[in-house]
Formats: sequence, C-alpha cells, structure tokens
Amino acid sequence: MTLHADLRVTRGDFDLSLDLTVEPGEVVALLGPNGAGKTTALRAISGLLPLGDGRIALDEEVWDQPPRVFRTPERRPIGVVFQDYLLFDHLNCLENVAFGLRARGVDKQSARAEATRWLDTVGLSSYARSRPRSLSGGQAQRVALVRALATSPSLLLLDEPLAALDASTTLHVRAELGQHLQRFTGHTLLVTHDPLDAMVLADRLVIVENGRIVQEGRPTEIARRPRTDYVAQLVGLNLYRGTASGTTVTLTEGGTITLAEPATGPVHVAFPPTAVSLYPEAPSGSPRNTWPATVTGIEQHAHTVRVRLTATPTGPTTLLADITPAAVADLHLSPGQPLHATLKATEIHTYPSS
Amino acid sequence: MPLILLLPALLGLAFLLVPLIGLVAKAPWSTLPSRLFSADVWDALRLSLVCATAAMVVCLLLGIPLAWLLARGSFPGRGVIRALVTVPLVLPPVVGGVALLLVLGRRGLVGQHLDAWFGITLPFTTAGVIVAEAFVAMPFLVISVEGALRAADPRYEEAAATLGAGRWLTFRRVTLPSIAPGVVAGAVLCWARALGEFGATITFAGNFPGRTTTMPLAVYLALETDPDVAVVLSLVLLIVSVVVLASLRERWISGLR
Repeated sequence: MTLHADLRVTRGDFDLSLDLTVEPGEVVALLGPNGAGKTTALRAISGLLPLGDGRIALDEEVWDQPPRVFRTPERRPIGVVFQDYLLFDHLNCLENVAFGLRARGVDKQSARAEATRWLDTVGLSSYARSRPRSLSGGQAQRVALVRALATSPSLLLLDEPLAALDASTTLHVRAELGQHLQRFTGHTLLVTHDPLDAMVLADRLVIVENGRIVQEGRPTEIARRPRTDYVAQLVGLNLYRGTASGTTVTLTEGGTITLAEPATGPVHVAFPPTAVSLYPEAPSGSPRNTWPATVTGIEQHAHTVRVRLTATPTGPTTLLADITPAAVADLHLSPGQPLHATLKATEIHTYPSS
Repeated sequence: MPLILLLPALLGLAFLLVPLIGLVAKAPWSTLPSRLFSADVWDALRLSLVCATAAMVVCLLLGIPLAWLLARGSFPGRGVIRALVTVPLVLPPVVGGVALLLVLGRRGLVGQHLDAWFGITLPFTTAGVIVAEAFVAMPFLVISVEGALRAADPRYEEAAATLGAGRWLTFRRVTLPSIAPGVVAGAVLCWARALGEFGATITFAGNFPGRTTTMPLAVYLALETDPDVAVVLSLVLLIVSVVVLASLRERWISGLR
C-alpha cells in the first residue's frame, strides 16, 4: 500500500502544490521554513482541509479527489500528533489514549486494556490516572504519540513533534521517538522546520519552499548536494551556482572557483565552511582559490567561530568560514577587516545543477 | 482615592444594600415561622422552584445548540440572528408576555393549531409559566455558552476528528466538557432570571394560586392584602438567591473569566 498525495490548495495568495508518495514503513519528513505550506499539507492529508484540486489516495482507497470524493478525518485511517499535542485536559492519560478506540466502537473494557498496553510501551503506565496538564513536555508528547498509534492507523502524521520541548529534553525525546517510528509498520509523514529532527528521524526528506518541492532524497544525499540556498543553510554548506569549463567555475553571482576535477556546463558548487582558511596576508605558494575578502559578520558556535565574508570581485559574494577561537584571536577579527581567504579545492563538491 | 469618586461609590453601595437591609429589618420576625409555613407560601415557593428549574432545562436543551450554531455555523445573516436572540434581554417582559399571548394564545398564530390538533393550551397554565420564563431567560444562557464556545480552541475538535470521532461524539465528549464552566454560569444566570420573572409570567400565564402564582407574583399580590406576607416572601426569595449565588460563586466566576 502506497500513499499518493497530489496536493493542490489555494488560500488567498498562498498556493500549495506538492506531489508526495510515502511507502509502507517509510518515514518521510516534510522539511521547510515557516510558511512553506508544510502544515497546510498535513491538514489536507488528514482531511482537516479539503483539497482545491488533486488527489489523495492510499492505494485504491481515495480519500480526497475534488469535486467527487471527500472523506472526513474520522473516516480516514490516520493518527495525528499535533504540535502542542492537544491532549484532552478533562480526561486522564488512559482515557486520552482510549479515546480513538472508543470513537471507533471498541467497548470500554477492551479500549482501556488496549490503552494501558500502549501507555506501557512508552513507560507511562503509572501515569494512567494523571491529567495531561501534570505531565512534562516529553511525557505529554509520548501520550500524544500512543494516542495516535492506539487506533492502529495506516498513516501516522506528526506536526513539529519536538517543537514544544525545551532544548535539554529534545535530544532524549528525539532518540526515543525515532525508535517508536522505526517500530511502526505503517506510513509516516513528519512535518518539521528543524533539519536535525528530519535528518535523524526520516528515511527520506522532502524539502518544501513556498508551497513547492525544491528537493527530495535521502538525508545524506541532501546534506551532500543541496540544491537551494535554504537547504545549503540547513546543512551548513556554502552553495553556489555557476558554469564550469575545465577546472574553472564562473559563478553566476560573480567571481570564480577552481576545482580539483574538471567539469562542464551548469553546476552547483558546495563546500563546508571548514574548508575555508583565513590569513592576514596573501599566503605564499599561492593556492589556487585565494581571494581578498572582507569580514561582514562573526558568530560564536559551540567549538568554532563562523565568519561571514564577502570575496567580491574575485571570489563568492557571500562566504562562510569556520575557524577556531584561537585563530580568531591570532587574526584579531573584526567586522570590515580585510583578509585573505583560501579554499581547499579537494573539499569542493560539484554536481550538475539541473 | 479622590473624594469625588469615593463619595458616589459609597452612595452606590448604600443604594444597593440598604433596601436589602430594610427587608431584613422590617421582617415580622415574631410571626415569621407561622407565616413561612403557611400553605400559600409553600405552594408559591415550590411552583417557583419547579418552573425556574424546568425553564432552565428548556433553555439548556434549546440554548446550547443555538449557541453552537451562532458560534460555529457560517451562514448569511448570522450577525442579525445573534442580535435578535438578545432582544428578550432588553425587551420589557410585559411586551414579551403580550407577544407570547399573540403567538401561543388560544387564538394565536401557533396556539390555535396546538389547541385544535393536540388539545394543548399554554396560556394560564403551569406550562405557560415555564414558557414565559424560558423566553426571557434563554438569552442569558445563549450569550454565556456562545462566549465559552468562541473561547474554546477548535483544534481539540480537530484532534478528536482525527481520532475517529464524528461531530456528535466530538461535541459530547470534547466540546461540551471544555465549555462546562460557561454552561454552568449561563444556567445559573438563566435560573435566577427565571426565578424572578414577573411581567411575562403574569401577562401570559395569569395569576392562579397553585398553578401560575410564582413567588414574585405572590409578593405583588400580598403587598395589596397583607404587606407582612409580602416581606416574608421577599425574604425567602432573597435567601434562595444568596444561597444559589454563594454555592456557585467559584464556578460562576471561573466561567465568566
């Protein structure tokens, strides 16, 4: 059984047009900036928002195909984990988990027994009688997850499942969520703006910008070969478009980069900020990619310092370099300071841009 | 605190409280027990409580769905309908009684059919009292419940739908519990309004002891024949109101917040 979703929704100025497929057992992450249309897509698939055009079907079972077919959410085999979980505060955890089973006609006794089993799988059976309000963020998320899973849905939808957690618990909860998703044999679609969530949890990423898919593929593939500035920023790479001729790439924004391996035609050029070194004077021996550059910004990261530079006219307009705090001290870095930037040609990744 | 505010504030407080104090002070305490347990007082009180409670139930049954329609429905003229619903709130109750009489009276628009087809006569019966009270009290419930519905997060209903709950089940198990404080607040206001209802009742249901003479009617009646009885009846109504208000105060306030 494969989920096919050809989503077309127009809301005011915003226009969503995504073509998604999710295979059984696969975890697909819809990754994109805020306002890209991720949540709209999730609402359309769950039936909370009717399609304007297109089709949603699980194999032969059509869920939405305007203007003829529309199944309301309660008639779709889905489970949804909402961003702030939306646990029912007037019911305890057990009743929350049993809610879906009761709604689907399971008798009270069996529903409670089943719900207890589910709470047990996430280690929360001792909280069965607790109100959701009294739970920690991580616990509430697990209750929301088993509430969605308790009805044995074919499709599990998660809307920013980790966004409501504080940073200290995210790491642990993310790892645990990953294990639960691994065990789930149905289709999983995850919506997130956090690249780390997507990379860790998903088998395949679908990157959405302005209501359109800009790139999709395995996390490692996307990390190595980003196709848009947004994706490059997500994975922390320098990314440029240009035209290659032999080992020289003329960038569309101006400047040139020299490659280690020859290429031809329109290409993407990507390299990590760690491949860039900074020197106060032009280095001797003149490596191939050396550009006079000016510092435009300095950001402190955990163990490195990310320096924003501009290397026009000979090099890229914007350039990110990661250097050690010691190097920052040596260089006496300050914004506006002129420097020389060099790039190791062996760390450049080049791939055709169409 | 500037005197120009403090003085009218104290005056206002006195204006609200002194009549109540006067009621307590002028009560014929020595003959109170004998008057209190007279059959007339008891009948009027029982009738008042029964009718006010029945009117509240009618308001709950019809008012909650109406509030839901106004809060969640999308249809043309919703604003106009919402305004119309609140008309009984500002309408002089006597006018409401006249209107009810014209529609539900024995020769009224609807009343003549009720009489001819089902043999039901509403005016000048206990059922008529309930109808009159429900008519004036319903807006209190509708406004309170509609406010609660608007404040409730509709995403919980969406969550219930994704769990397989239909609209009716969602309403019963998710929406209604979440607006319970608003419903309680509305019901209390509605009950209190029904209990004190005079104008529409006397116009539509008349004044027949044991059948339609509720406490407010009995007070008015007694004032002309035996003022002491009027004071006793008023005192009973005051005590009932205070007890209800006090026992529901916590919930009431949390509902209005």
